[in-house]
Amino acid sequence: MRSSVFKMLGRTVLAGGALAAAVAAGPALAKDTINVGIASFLTGPAAGPFGVPGRNGAELVIDAINAGTLPAPYAKAGFAGAKMNAIFIDEAGGNAKQVGEYRNLVEKRGVDAVLGYISSGTCMAVTPVAEELKKLTILSVCGTPRVFEEAQRTYVFRTQAHAVGDSIAAAHYVLDKFKDMKGYTGINQNYAWGQDSYKFFDVAMKKMAPDTNASDNPQFPKIFAGQYGTEISTLSLDPAKLVHTSFWGGDIEAFVLQALVRGFFNDKQVISSVGGSAVDSLGKKFPDGVVMGTRGEYGLLVRNNKEPLNAWFVEEYKKRYDAYPLGPSYQYANSVLALKIAMDAAAEKAGSFPNQEQTMAALKGLSWQSFGGKISLSLADGHQAVHPVGYGITKWDKEKGAATAVDVKFYQPECIYAPAGQNSVEWLEAGMPGAKC
Amino acid sequence: MQLITTMLLDGLSYASYLFIVSVGLTIIFGVMKILNVAHGAFYAWGAYGAAYTIGLASDNDWPDWIGFVLIFGSAILVGLILGAIIERVILRKMYHEEEVLIVLATFGIFLILEDIILLVFGVNPYFAYQPMALLGSIKMGGIIRDVYSLTLFGLAILVAFGCWYGLNKTKWGKLLSVVIYDREISLAMGINVQLVYLVTFILGATLGALGGAYIAPTISVAPGFGIDVIVLSFAVVVIGGMGSIPGALIGSLMVGILRAIAVHKFPEFELFVIFAVMAVVLMIRPEGLFAPEKARRI
Amino acid sequence: MVAAAWNDKTIRWAVIGFGLLAAAGWLLPTWVLNNVMFGLARGLAVLGLLVLWRTGLVSFGHALYFGLGAYAVALLEKYTGLTDVFVKFGAAILVAGACGFLLGFVLRNYRAIFFAMLSLAFSMVLYGVLVKMEVLGSTDGFSVTHYTIFGWNPDGKYPLFCFIILACVVALTLVQLYLKSALGFLTTAIRDNELRVEYLGYSVARAIHIKYLISACLAGAAGGALAMALGQVDPDSMVNWTVSGELVFITIMSGAGSVVAPFIGAIVFEFLRTYAFEWAPQAWQLIVGGTLLAIIFFLPGGIWSVLEKPWAKRETDNG
Repeated sequence: MRSSVFKMLGRTVLAGGALAAAVAAGPALAKDTINVGIASFLTGPAAGPFGVPGRNGAELVIDAINAGTLPAPYAKAGFAGAKMNAIFIDEAGGNAKQVGEYRNLVEKRGVDAVLGYISSGTCMAVTPVAEELKKLTILSVCGTPRVFEEAQRTYVFRTQAHAVGDSIAAAHYVLDKFKDMKGYTGINQNYAWGQDSYKFFDVAMKKMAPDTNASDNPQFPKIFAGQYGTEISTLSLDPAKLVHTSFWGGDIEAFVLQALVRGFFNDKQVISSVGGSAVDSLGKKFPDGVVMGTRGEYGLLVRNNKEPLNAWFVEEYKKRYDAYPLGPSYQYANSVLALKIAMDAAAEKAGSFPNQEQTMAALKGLSWQSFGGKISLSLADGHQAVHPVGYGITKWDKEKGAATAVDVKFYQPECIYAPAGQNSVEWLEAGMPGAKC
Repeated sequence: MQLITTMLLDGLSYASYLFIVSVGLTIIFGVMKILNVAHGAFYAWGAYGAAYTIGLASDNDWPDWIGFVLIFGSAILVGLILGAIIERVILRKMYHEEEVLIVLATFGIFLILEDIILLVFGVNPYFAYQPMALLGSIKMGGIIRDVYSLTLFGLAILVAFGCWYGLNKTKWGKLLSVVIYDREISLAMGINVQLVYLVTFILGATLGALGGAYIAPTISVAPGFGIDVIVLSFAVVVIGGMGSIPGALIGSLMVGILRAIAVHKFPEFELFVIFAVMAVVLMIRPEGLFAPEKARRI
Repeated sequence: MVAAAWNDKTIRWAVIGFGLLAAAGWLLPTWVLNNVMFGLARGLAVLGLLVLWRTGLVSFGHALYFGLGAYAVALLEKYTGLTDVFVKFGAAILVAGACGFLLGFVLRNYRAIFFAMLSLAFSMVLYGVLVKMEVLGSTDGFSVTHYTIFGWNPDGKYPLFCFIILACVVALTLVQLYLKSALGFLTTAIRDNELRVEYLGYSVARAIHIKYLISACLAGAAGGALAMALGQVDPDSMVNWTVSGELVFITIMSGAGSVVAPFIGAIVFEFLRTYAFEWAPQAWQLIVGGTLLAIIFFLPGGIWSVLEKPWAKRETDNG
């Protein structure tokens, strides 16, 4: 006597197996196509200002590389000659879900590499899985230094510098421009990125300007909370003049709208480390005089920079998506470009299509001219990028009807990152010994 | 002193918002005994409706005050269309089912409506700040506040009064009370219960949409923001007593003010306090602080 | 007891079925193995909800125990370095069970929507704590990277898969035996008429307390198992009210007909979600929500009601 239930179960399992076999036996992956999973927010509040511009940046550059239309020196078509087939997935829905999706990308869809990730939390979550599954993974946007400082990674790279530099550069900029403003506080999201960003800013300020008062009540609302009325009141009551925020996506937009009507920007000097998207989306509504960073030579700060790669990127992006590229567009494009450069170099060295180990060897310690300045993978044994980080002050250009940044200043990597081999937090707490500014 | 005034004002402002959002939920529960998870979707649709139309108006250089008309207009439109469709097509077939199954069905409706937003409006955020900018700011208790958020008090009082008047002073309200008290007897008395249900659901949906539409000018209207509202309004409604309008008022005030105190003094406990109060109230008075009287059934 | 268990037809076939599944796992592609493993883990929690549901109780807060189990596993690894699956799994059940035992004293007096809402409130209290506390990982949660079995450090997930199957078999057997015991038969009686049960001399509150404890332990076990299988815990995927809603959804989808149903339902759900996400990354909730409505309307008995018919027919054939 056999139960039909288990026949049924057996059938399901067999069907699943057959299907998997069919997927695995799909198009040959070897030399003409590489499949790459690219994760960014496609739904949820971070999609519009971050995820979609990021995906667009990747898409634009992938198409250009596949067609061989990138400007020199990257005009050679393909990734070691192969075309990239990008599989875009949604980063929304929490870390546990992302870990599951990462496994699906690698084990079900058999991708050759995974690119992307915006949230620091997600990066922390997928990194151990990438190591476990031994799959080349290039993180594009996320900023927490913990990814590479908690353990040495083999398969994970990050083409974006980490949050320590963003916060130190912010402190430098503030001390350069607003020396007489006393006291600082902050409003940051309550997760890895927000907590780290404020902590680093706090320590940097304490080291560089010991006489400045730190607020005893900085705010840490939940990410994507959306309403900050009470937090704005708390900050308004605080005597501190400087307000640091690492808000991004929909949160910075909502915060600016709610704070603006309350005259918050007349009373406080806001320093935003990554709010560039809101400057564009809010347009002339965005207040003048906010200290704004883009986490690198990206977006708002380099919009009129005529360096050929940047000019190409801005122009093509604008043509295709009818908008200016934002920080994430650059960050995703840079990850794609890094993969191409590494694969091309590995192919040349090996004399054949490179395998993952060869590509990783070429990627390690790579230094290249990107769409936003020079990037070097010089930290964490050649896995973690550094590059200059800049800040400027927002100003609406009435004549052109466009957002601009004035007083832009970039800080070089030697000034804002710990030397290779040192833990950034310890280095920061030791007073940044050896920093060359 | 300044801190206390600030906490009180912040709390009242948040409480007004909570009340507007949750009063629709409590009305639907009171009459139909449905705990409507899709309420969060009405809220989101209301916000999208308002943000979209206000954006259009601004593109065509219409005066900014039109925004207020559009807020109410889109709330009513969303409530009418979504409310009518959902009640007639789905819920009407389920009234004989277990409560829990209906809750799950509304959960399914919520998921579907959330994604339809994405398909219709895309992922880019919408802004509708014109009404808020129009009203400007005022200095109160030592800090500057935006007048728009203060008008939330007014709207909350208006909604509360409207509900009270509608329920107690009109023929419709009396019919409603009869149906709440005993559905079978009302049926037997010849009351068109189906119509009462339809109108109630549309009313509740409209109020949910109004909450979203009114808050739209202050936020970046982006996908997925209806989800936290659901549990928040559950907490409010449960604290006050499911189905009770004065209960929703008291519930919102308690949650709003406690949250303001937490954010100012103990930020880590912001979410904790809300649900801890919900749990404590349920443990002490399961029917909530202001439960409507129940008919004893044999 | 082993003999009693083997004499039960459902248990006998479940053991054989799970045995075959464990063997098949050796051949399955990793992603299928993973999804089955996630499904089985969640199935444990659904089994717990089934025990409650048979009494007419539905909890919208079992993410509390699910989350406690998951976090017990993650925190144990983070702060003590213990990685043994039996220790982790035991800790998950213990923590969830202890909490369930205590809250049971309160919840056993609640019914219907009040039971659902109070459970929801308790689970959201935990969510509120986790989301705002940096030491507990706030919205990021923690990774769960290693597992060992009695000091053996296996490569790959297959041994864990077998462990989870073993856990499922044990859980299913115990629940089936319980449901067939006198105490278990009270289940349906309580749903039908509490007063009569009281007159028969049984304490309804105590019976419900036991059921609640069982379901809490199972949800804790599920959370622990999923944390190990997935390698990550975080409040939004483990403790938020949507997780509780999902578990109730799977319960309805599976049907209450058999202790095997939760596992089948949970595996089906896992594949449904994976494919919905793959085919329509921007509309997967629509597919999941649509399925939920379709099941409520067209398949009120859940998936089990489809499988049950041929089963019942064979019964009469042989009978």
